[in-house]
Amino acid sequence: MSLGLMIFLPIAIIAVCSAIGLLASRNTIYAALFLIINFVTISILYFILGAPFIALAQITIYAGSIMVLFLFVIMLIGTEKLPRSNALPWQKPAAITLSSLLLIECAVLIYKQAAKPTGWPELTQYMTSPTEIGLGLFNQYLLPFEITSIILLVAVVGAIYLTRPERIRKKPENQREER
Amino acid sequence: MVPLVYYLALAVVMFVLGALGVLIRRNVLVIFMALELMFNAANLAFIAFSRYYQIIDGQLFVFFVMTVAAAEVAVGLALIVAIFRTRNSLDVDVMNTLKG
Amino acid sequence: MELSRLPEIINTFSLTPWVIFFPLLGILINLIAGKRFGEKFSGAVGSLASGMAFVVSGLLAMSLASNPGSHHIEIARWLSVGTLEISWALRVDTLSVTMMLVVSGVGTLIHIYSIGYMSRDVRHNNDPSRFTRFFIFLNLFIAAMMLLVSADNYLVMFVGWEGVGLCSYLLIGFWYEKGLDGIGNAIAGKKAFITNRIGDFGVLIAMFIMFGAFGTLEFDKIFEQAPALAGLMPGVLLAITLFLLLGVTGKSAQLPLYVWLPDAMAGPTPVSALIHAATMVTAGVYLIARSAPLFSLVPVTQSIVTWVGALTALFAATIALGQYDIKRVLAYSTISQLGYMVAAVGMGAYAAGMFHLVSHAFFKALLFLAAGSVIQGLERGEEALNPGHHATSDQLDPQDMHNMGGLRKRMPLTFGVFLIGALALSGIAPLAGFFSKDEILAEAFHLQEGVFFVLIIAAFLTALYMGRQVFLVFFNQPRSKPAGQATESRAVVTIPLVILAFLSLTGGLLNLPLSGHELPGGHLLTDWLSNSIAGIIKGEFNFTVALLSTGLALFAILLAWLLYGRKSTQKGAVDPMRKVLGPAFTALERKWWVDELYQAILLKPFHILSDCLASPFDQGTIDATVNGIGTGTRGLANVMRKLQSGYVRNYALAVMVGLIAILAYLLFH
Repeated sequence: MSLGLMIFLPIAIIAVCSAIGLLASRNTIYAALFLIINFVTISILYFILGAPFIALAQITIYAGSIMVLFLFVIMLIGTEKLPRSNALPWQKPAAITLSSLLLIECAVLIYKQAAKPTGWPELTQYMTSPTEIGLGLFNQYLLPFEITSIILLVAVVGAIYLTRPERIRKKPENQREER
Repeated sequence: MVPLVYYLALAVVMFVLGALGVLIRRNVLVIFMALELMFNAANLAFIAFSRYYQIIDGQLFVFFVMTVAAAEVAVGLALIVAIFRTRNSLDVDVMNTLKG
Repeated sequence: MELSRLPEIINTFSLTPWVIFFPLLGILINLIAGKRFGEKFSGAVGSLASGMAFVVSGLLAMSLASNPGSHHIEIARWLSVGTLEISWALRVDTLSVTMMLVVSGVGTLIHIYSIGYMSRDVRHNNDPSRFTRFFIFLNLFIAAMMLLVSADNYLVMFVGWEGVGLCSYLLIGFWYEKGLDGIGNAIAGKKAFITNRIGDFGVLIAMFIMFGAFGTLEFDKIFEQAPALAGLMPGVLLAITLFLLLGVTGKSAQLPLYVWLPDAMAGPTPVSALIHAATMVTAGVYLIARSAPLFSLVPVTQSIVTWVGALTALFAATIALGQYDIKRVLAYSTISQLGYMVAAVGMGAYAAGMFHLVSHAFFKALLFLAAGSVIQGLERGEEALNPGHHATSDQLDPQDMHNMGGLRKRMPLTFGVFLIGALALSGIAPLAGFFSKDEILAEAFHLQEGVFFVLIIAAFLTALYMGRQVFLVFFNQPRSKPAGQATESRAVVTIPLVILAFLSLTGGLLNLPLSGHELPGGHLLTDWLSNSIAGIIKGEFNFTVALLSTGLALFAILLAWLLYGRKSTQKGAVDPMRKVLGPAFTALERKWWVDELYQAILLKPFHILSDCLASPFDQGTIDATVNGIGTGTRGLANVMRKLQSGYVRNYALAVMVGLIAILAYLLFH
């Protein structure tokens, strides 16, 4: 058991368990918190893999803003448990079967590649610096960068527009809710 | 060091768990969160490959994915809020008026 | 001829399209402005259009006099498909100009007559607004007939052929809501159209064979190539001529397709005069005369044509003897005279046939128009008795000869012209009919004695039924009250009658059978036509034949006087002829049951067949299949619809399934 593996395994187990916790918890806030744990563990993995910038970006963006947004919305809307409903009884078994299938297929995929003579590449010691990211971003990936900024603008405009307060109409509200 | 395969296996497991979450849960917000889990799995795979092949492109791609995911979450949550205002329910099965 | 000194005649041939365009212009003016300006305007426009066509035909004739031979005028390109090249081309030669003159001349007179006749008729039938339509149809007919006779290739002639068939249908069913059971006239029109169609089928097949054999449909080119083909493959020419004969029997009402012509009398009388006596029905004769080079190469067909004509002449004459409707007698008479013409051109006596065509146009149109005058006289008499009462069919039938009699005193002018027409038709010298019929008889005597025998009997019968008709209608006492109150027609009706009577009197001058040495001016028509038809025979005057035919005709008139003229026959009494002929008279009265025969052997099986095909096959099988496809599609759609459940999670499941499938394919490929 090498050092790397000794660090990797616990973190991986925590990541998987928090994912399972996200799936299983009935309380939405607990689910959100599990997800935050997951993000943090992934961030640590990024550190181990030599991508410090991305690791910190993960914490800032994902755990810091996206999950906060989620928590705001959860608190806005409320965390009532949904009533039991049997609208799609076959959904759960079908989903589990399919997911297992997917898992098996991906496993086959990975180990087929491993069985090949070229196998997977070896790891060497390396830590990327923000300078390289900056260079790559503004030289080769300039266009995607600009487009991403436009996407963000559109998202901002969209989010504001979609959540505008409704104008008072003559018709009573429940008529529009009916459909 | 840790072989690449372990990272990929972890990414696959997380992805499958995220897919399972999208399919099984009925709460819209939890579905969305499972979606974010799937994104993360993909990101992990990207960074792992980027590390092992010694190129920076993987990390740049993850950068973009994160940005777009953030934008998507913003709009998605805004939509969920708007729908909640009319339907007053977070159950995704209630939003079924597109049935043929 | 002295008239050829006019220098502009050389360019007259470019005026040829106007024989067609003037009537078309008449149609246009009448369509747009006819109803607005009243009856006189429509009638004047129609008559003027036809009159201008006559003037142009006259100019063409004058130009041809100095410049005989055929002239071709091409108007426009029509078809250019592969090796088939057809253009709208007209041909001016003596044969076509003769037909043009007859059609437009008699046509114009009938137009003028119709102004007066239809003016009364539309009021009698309670629809004055239909007046303009009549003149539009008449002009359309003149245009189509002109196209037929002036065409330079078989396809353009066929266009005219079909056009006159259409106008015949339109005009027979002019009063489409009247007649037996309210649709009798329409049924008569339909019968005419369909029977003609069978003939047209023959012409079409002949044209197809012609194109296949000669590669072209133009007259000159076909006639050039025909003799060579006659040597190589005589069967082809036989087929062509036989199919053309089928067309002739349809259009010219010969055996076996004559059955439409008597029923066509349901149309107004001017229509019967123009289309079914003088012009359209002669189109078949014209076709044979035009295709003379083809027919003269196939003696088998020639004898078939001759015998068809001769037998028709005899057959129809016998039926005419037993008819009571004044127009039907004349209809069967027309069929019989057409038989004469067809027999003549079948024997190769083209000049005799065309001469008879021209003179028959004169006196038959005269007879029909005079009959119309008689009919309207009776209607006027009836209205004088019951004022303000429009006749319905179960009242007096103004066309039934049983209701007539003694009209000689009440309608003297009509009587006079009718008598002239009847004498001309019977072949009494020196009227036109004598010369033309006699020439045919002389040729028959000279060429084929069997045909002569048949034709001479038919001539006897002709005089007999015409005498019967004259005595029944005009002599002795009136057999019904309206006949006693009948009055003469107005001038616009009687003037064309007088003109036609004059033509019937003097028409013989067209082709006097003089030997040319002592007296000039003989054989005018023969010489005129010899420029268009090769190998035309100059008719010789045969004294024996002339004496025989005139003697028989006079004898027949005497017989008619004995039976009908001597003492007045009462209305309900038995026809004197029945006493003479006994049960044979019933056969004549019932037209030898030919219509019933056709109904039984042709129409009834066809109806059964179409019923059989309609219900189980068309509705049961084809409709069911098509409907079944529709129902099946709907069912399939109903099933597919269930995929759209509306649940997002189901859609996500579907995405997963697809993803797994693709991965599996990539993995295990």
